[in-house]
Amino acid sequence: MSAPAEFAQLFTGLVLALLGATLVAAALRRWWRTAGPENIIIETVFARINAWWAMVVLLSLAALFGRIGVVVLFAFISFAALREFLTLTAKRRADHWVLMFSFFLALPLQYLLVATGGIGLMTIFIPVYAFLFLPVLAAVRGDTAGFLTRIAETQWGLMLCIFAASHAPALLWLDIPGYDGKEILLIAWLVIVVQGADMAHFITPRLMGRTRIAPGVPHSRTWEGFIGALGSGAVLGTVLAWITPFAPWQAAIMALVVALLGYGGGMVMAAIKRDKGVVDWGHLIPGQGGFIDRLDSVVFSAPLFFHLVRYFWAAG
Amino acid sequence: MFRKAIAQIAGHGLVLFVRMVTAPRAIWAGIEPIPRQRVYFANHTSNADFPLIWSVLPTFLRSKTRPVAASDYWLKNRLRAFFGRDVLNAVLINRDSENRDPEEDPVARMIAAIDGGASLIIFPEGKRNLTEDPLLPFKTGLYHLARARPGVDLVPTWIDNLNSVLPKGEVVPVPLICTVTFGPPIHIAPGEDREIFLDRAHRALVALHKAGEA
Repeated sequence: MSAPAEFAQLFTGLVLALLGATLVAAALRRWWRTAGPENIIIETVFARINAWWAMVVLLSLAALFGRIGVVVLFAFISFAALREFLTLTAKRRADHWVLMFSFFLALPLQYLLVATGGIGLMTIFIPVYAFLFLPVLAAVRGDTAGFLTRIAETQWGLMLCIFAASHAPALLWLDIPGYDGKEILLIAWLVIVVQGADMAHFITPRLMGRTRIAPGVPHSRTWEGFIGALGSGAVLGTVLAWITPFAPWQAAIMALVVALLGYGGGMVMAAIKRDKGVVDWGHLIPGQGGFIDRLDSVVFSAPLFFHLVRYFWAAG
Repeated sequence: MFRKAIAQIAGHGLVLFVRMVTAPRAIWAGIEPIPRQRVYFANHTSNADFPLIWSVLPTFLRSKTRPVAASDYWLKNRLRAFFGRDVLNAVLINRDSENRDPEEDPVARMIAAIDGGASLIIFPEGKRNLTEDPLLPFKTGLYHLARARPGVDLVPTWIDNLNSVLPKGEVVPVPLICTVTFGPPIHIAPGEDREIFLDRAHRALVALHKAGEA
């Protein structure tokens, strides 16, 4: 992949933005030396900024190796996410083959399909083939206690951690007229918009107050956060329209859509965590959660983003 | 010399392999990883239990920590004997109480290892737990050990999820995440009755399991 001019500009911009964010956060941390609620906010912000540094560095490094590098990166992300997910799902001794199938067959095959450009099969492999094969594999072992729960939870993990996540690198195989070789910028755009919205969802209520969306939802789900997330997502997406094949107004709509999905994804994953009685999905960095905690909203929005771009912008 | 170097490399390899497969996390809940002489007593569900505890211990503790293991398993072939004796530096005990020498007494061997300055990892259930119960009743070895060396910290150590990684009868491990929780240490009280002490130790270990469930 030749490095287009936009790539260098975006990379420089991101590094500068993160540098600025790191400095501001460090200054704020010095400002608020006291132990209080501000400390938790600033530490969370720091954790996110560090995660973004990691994302920028990893995605850039992967991009140096071309499309295959990006596929391998996402395959590893899928693996880490799937491990976090399946650690928490219902399983019994008889599910060992099912787990082996998930890790050692479904995951590599899905990314092999992406890497070979088998987009048609890639979009049905897990929802159709794995969906039908998995329960057979479990039934063969004979243990029927909690069967449907076990199968359903495992399939859910495959859908989210492998199927949905693999749509991000699949963007690289879309044939968009006049956008040749720049497809990786679509992944960057998606991640930036969703992560920006995520961050705004965290910060806005702390600046502007909290009005809970509904009595039943967690207290972190506020109207302020929701509107902040969608607003920042749309603004970021529009400002960055120059790295996409979208016109600014199209970028705004696309950004709204992915921010909305990302918001929903965060909510869904939080509900699952609550159901399973855990605070974080993993312990990638002590006290700061796992891969799924950082990437749930990206993973959730990737498939729809992929299909929208494919339908409206890709040739053929 | 050569054998020792190979054992060192194999030890690092083993730690790396266990870390890759199980992404293990040590949770020090009520005790710190400091160089004190300790007996870690853990639940036993899998043959990988030793390597797992061993690999979550910090290096400076690992080199002084010896698992107490059954000789009938670890001496079965040369590879296992190499890992058991040279890599893990296990205190090998004979489980066959009918036919063993008096000098093979397991408790005496453990005490000798402690007097040699080592920390121990023991599985007080005495065998692998293949039931649905979280924890089997304890054998008396822990009590005898505690009475003989009452100053040593007895650290309850709960291993979670390893039996899902490699259930009995399976060959290929699946890469699920494991945790090892170290709880606050217990000590035997002067004159404490055997049943009461073992029950207390048992409850201390089950409590870690329950804490993980909540």
